[in-house]
Formats: sequence, structure tokens, C-alpha cells
Amino acid sequence: MNIESQDFYTQAILSMSALVGLTSFLMLGQGRLLRLIFVFAVQGLLLTLTTSMVAFSLDNPHLYISAVLTFALKVVFIPWMLQKQVLAMNMHRDVEALKNNTAVMLGGASLMVFSYYVLQPIIHTSSMIMLNALAVSLSVVLLGLLLMISHRQAVAHVVGFMSIENGLFFAAIVATNGMPMVVELGVAFDVLVAAVLFGIFFLHIRTSIDSLDVDMMNKLNEVDR
Amino acid sequence: MIAVYLLLLLSAAGILFFGLIGHKEDIGKLNTRINAVSLFITIWLAITVFNQGTILSSGKAFLIDSFNVYLIVLTAFVGFTTSLFSAPYMAHEKEIGKLSDSRLKLYYSMYQGFMLAMYLVLTTNNMGIMWVSMEGATLATVLLVSLYRTPESIEAAWKYFILCGVGIAQALFGTILLYYAASQIGDSENALLWTVLHEHATQLNPDILEIAFVFLLIGYGTKIGLVPLHNWLPDAHSEGPTPMSAVLSGLLLNDALYAVVRNKMLVDGATQSHIAGYLMMGFGLVSFLVAALFLHRQKDIKRLFSYSSIEHMGLMTFAFGIGGPLATFAALLHMTVHSLVKSAIFVTVGYASQLAGTQKISGIRGLIKTQPKVGWGLLIGTVAIAGFPPFGVFTSEFLVLLATMREYPWLTPLLLLGIGIAFAGLFRHIQPIVYGEKPEGQSPIKANFIPVIVHLGLALWLGLAIPGFLSDWFSQATLLISGSAL
Repeated sequence: MNIESQDFYTQAILSMSALVGLTSFLMLGQGRLLRLIFVFAVQGLLLTLTTSMVAFSLDNPHLYISAVLTFALKVVFIPWMLQKQVLAMNMHRDVEALKNNTAVMLGGASLMVFSYYVLQPIIHTSSMIMLNALAVSLSVVLLGLLLMISHRQAVAHVVGFMSIENGLFFAAIVATNGMPMVVELGVAFDVLVAAVLFGIFFLHIRTSIDSLDVDMMNKLNEVDR
Repeated sequence: MIAVYLLLLLSAAGILFFGLIGHKEDIGKLNTRINAVSLFITIWLAITVFNQGTILSSGKAFLIDSFNVYLIVLTAFVGFTTSLFSAPYMAHEKEIGKLSDSRLKLYYSMYQGFMLAMYLVLTTNNMGIMWVSMEGATLATVLLVSLYRTPESIEAAWKYFILCGVGIAQALFGTILLYYAASQIGDSENALLWTVLHEHATQLNPDILEIAFVFLLIGYGTKIGLVPLHNWLPDAHSEGPTPMSAVLSGLLLNDALYAVVRNKMLVDGATQSHIAGYLMMGFGLVSFLVAALFLHRQKDIKRLFSYSSIEHMGLMTFAFGIGGPLATFAALLHMTVHSLVKSAIFVTVGYASQLAGTQKISGIRGLIKTQPKVGWGLLIGTVAIAGFPPFGVFTSEFLVLLATMREYPWLTPLLLLGIGIAFAGLFRHIQPIVYGEKPEGQSPIKANFIPVIVHLGLALWLGLAIPGFLSDWFSQATLLISGSAL
């Protein structure tokens, strides 16, 4: 596939998927919480741009609504809420020492390759672009999981959780031009409620273990010892 | 069709109403009444479906067929009997100072929220909405798990939230792939409707659907509690209030399995192969065996029975995976009896732990001597869940064994082994609890035993003779799911 031979829209979508994938890697190696949240907001912004672009090129009004919802939730509300938590806990100067950073980054790269491998069969049904877009979305989902495994702060877990949601949203926008409106509204509602619940949880965790380090939550075991 | 709207509206009204006044005296009774009305509505709905066959609402948003209608009735029934139990239970918890007014508001409001999400999962015709409401069920129950605000319960709720949230996100990816496959054959606005998908199942691209099913199984499988995605389940069950454990075990797990089976029907149609079934059999069998082994190492009575739930859900997943009419019939029956028996057990366990003042198995002793009803209830419940005749669990497990012997004879020893291990695991813990000497100063408590008696009675009835209309239903559902009649 020669990228110059594609039309402008396809080129733009491909660059957007590359950028979204890149932000996921940036988050993976980030030890400072505020910067992590900032990169997350950037990823949200990229999603908003992609959505508006698809909406514009298809002249599809309901996608504009999704774009606005994404902007409000993923660029403004959630980053603002997380930032408030970090500042309130006075964690903005801490740098989390990430164990095995190299291994995690290499793992992230192999997850991306793995996503391409898993979605290979899709090529028979559609274009190379679709494969790229779907594979990047899947790898954003998997990188989000890796982010949650490699970080210990609850805030980072929430960022990972929400970036998984971003990956799914990207897949829905690029591969299928968005889900039906009711479903999209439902998903946005769930994300909103989840974000609010996370806020409540931070409060509870802080009062119960006086920290947001989830490694300290280790009272429950598979079998009692 | 009006019954469905009424059902959903009633629960939605319940959320708002209890959110405002859920702390008042006797509010538990009102909750019971709302659930009783819901039960009547669902029975009305069931009768309509029984007479008219499948109903599709005018906007095609809701679908009631023989598969989901009996689950809807079961949901309403368990919701109702559990609310009977929850009213005095929560009042007691408030009396001993474990809960404040605002938590009680939250509890009742979210009880209805959970019921609403469950009804939506079952009634909706849209695979996307099914996902949304499944996630909604997590969101509704997550604050209930941490209701007591102990460090353990907060840890359990966090684990539940993160694991189920991440897990169910995989199911959304699967749903998007499904939509992608469906939008290739046209009509993208209706492409997520189950009826449309099912009609065109053979045209869907098999490669995409295979990939999609892996994600769907992992996603909804997290909610079913399939090993190795089960870690949240024992924690959430043991740390939340007991009525919540009863509905989680009796309803949430069933409905997640329902979502998987709905998707499996599409994938089977598209691939014309047994790949989805093999995946389900593998996951199911591993869950069944691992959970049976874990039963032996438990020290907390609610954790003990939540591992038993994982075990039974594994068996059902396995049976749906085998796929023939006999196995499907057995799985449907097992879903019903497991819900009935397991929620009855959680009710008695709730009383037992209130009696003893602890959930530690080593601290609960001499139940029969203290309060015979609690002791016998727990013992009979355990006998029933372990698969002894004449209870319904025996019938369904026996049918699963028969189906396995017919299709995959070499797996039968594994199943028998699992059933044996689970039986031993349950009884080594339950025997001293019910027969042991009663500790000093343990006295009977006020308890409502109607739910336990009704549930176990029904399980017994289903074991002795399945009533005609019910077996008709199961047969119709079997025909729908497996494609051939029993």
C-alpha cells in the first residue's frame, strides 16, 4: 500500500491512528501523574478530531454529537477530575519508579504486533486501512491493560481504564462510522457514571489506606492463609 | 408489550424514589412491594408470550422470546424473594449501627438500579444496549459492595470495578466487530438488532465473527466468573451485604451467560462450525474444576459459596458449549435451579453470620442447636447444591453428564471428579457448622424463612417433576438455541 496514492481522507485517518497509538506508548512510559493525565487528554482530543473529521466527510450529524460528548468527557471532565485528585493528594511531584520500563515498552511493541496478527483475517473483507485502524484500536486497548499492570497508582489505573475506552471508541468511529446513536449515548452515560464513581472511590481509598497506591490493597486473597 | 415498558419504568421510578426517601421506616416493605408488582408484570408477560409466541416491540427495541422470558420471570422472582429477606436484614444492620441513613438510601436505590439493568439486559433486542446495561449492572452494584466502608470492602469493590470494567470493555470490542461484520451486509442503523443479525447470521463474515466471539466470551465471561477472570467474584460476594450476594449469584451471573449464549447463536450461524462451543467448553471445564478445588481452602462462608457459584457457572458454560439439544436443555434447567438454590443458601448464610456475628467458618458453630431453621436450611441447601437427588440440581447435572457421555465420553470422568471434589469441599466445612456444639451465648435471631422454603421447595419440585408448561418453555428455548428439538 502506497500512502501517497490514497485519498486525503484515508491519509488523515491513517495519521490519526498513528498518533493515537503513539499517545498510548507515551502514557505507558510515563511516571509523572500530571503528565500522564495530560497525554490522556491529548488522546481524547485526537479522538474528537477524528470523529469530527469522519462526521464532516460523511456529513453525518450524529457523529458531531459524539464528538462533542467525547470532548466534554475525555478532554475536559475526566482529566480535570483526575488532576484535582492528584493535586489534592499532593502527588504531583512524585515520580513513580516504573519497574522494568524497558521490558514494558518492548511488551507494548509486541502487543501492537500481536494486534495486527490477530486481526489479519479481516484483510479479506476490507481494505488495508481498516486493518490498520482496527489493529491500532486493539493495541490501544491492550496497551491500556499493560498500563494498568505496570503502574501502581490508582489514578494511573483510571487513566488506563479510560484509554481502553478510547481505543474502543476509535474502533467504532473508524471501522463502522460510529455505533447507532442510542448505543453511543448509552456508552457515554456509562463512562460518565464510571468517572464519577472513580471520584467517589478515590475518596474512600484515601480514607481507608491513606494513599492511592493500589499495591497496599492486599487484604483479600484467593485462599486465606 | 406494554408489560415490558411498565417493568422498566417501575424499576426506574424505584431508583429515584428510594434515592430520595430510602431511609424512612419500613422502606424495606415498599421495596418488597415494588418487586412483587414486577413479578406479577413478568408473569403477565410470560403468559402473553406463552399464548402468542415471540413478541417484538413496534420499534424493534425489545424482544421477548422463549429463551429470555423465563429468565425474566426468574429475575423478578429472585429479586422479589431476596427483597423479602433484605428488609429485616438491612433493618438489623442499621440497628447494630453498621449502616447510616444515606447508605440505606443508596442501598435501596441501587437495588432497583440493579434490577433495571438486569431487565434491560434480558429484554433488549439491541446487542449494544445489552452491553450498556451489563456495564450498568456493574456500576449499580459497585457501591453496594463497598457499602460497609471497611478497608476490605473497598478493596473488593475496587477490584470488582476495575476487573469487570476492563473485562466488559473486551465485550464492547467484540460488539463493535459484530457491528462491523453486520454493517457490511447493509442497513447499518438496524445492524445491531439481534433479530436482524440472527436472520442474516449465515451471511456474516465467519472470520470476523470468530475474532469477535473471543472478545465477547472474555468480556461477558469476566462477569460470569470464568476462571481465570474470576478474582473479583469471591471478594465482591463476601464483602458486600448478603442480599447483594444473593442477587449477584442468582441473577447477574445468569444474565452474563445469557449474553454469551445469544452471541454464540450468531457466531454458530456464521461459522457453521463448533469453534464457539469448544471455547465455551474449555473455559467452562477449567472453571468447574479449579473452583471445585478452591472450595477446600476457604475460611469465609460467603467466599465458600461464591466459589461454588463459579463452579456451577462453569458447568453451565460447558453444557451450552456442548450445544446439542440435551445439553442445552440441561443448561437451561441448571440456570434455573442454581439461581433458586444459591440465593436460598445466601439467605440462610446471611442469617447464620448474623447469628454468629462473624463470616469466618471457624466462628460459626452449632446452628441446629441454636436455631434449627437456619441450620436445616443451610444443610438442605448445601445438599441441594451439591447435586443430591431429589433436588433439581441433580436432574440437571445428570442430564449434563448424559449429554457429555453421548458427545464427548472421555470428558465424563473429569466432570464426575469435579462433582465429587466439590461435594467434599462443601461438606467438610458445612458439617461442623450445622452439627457442632453451640458456642456460649449464641441466641436465635428474628428471621424470615419464606424465601428459603419457597426456593428450596421449587428446586425440589423441579427435581421430582418439571411442570408441563415449564418443560414446554425449556423445549422451545432449546429449539431456538440449539436448532433442533429434544
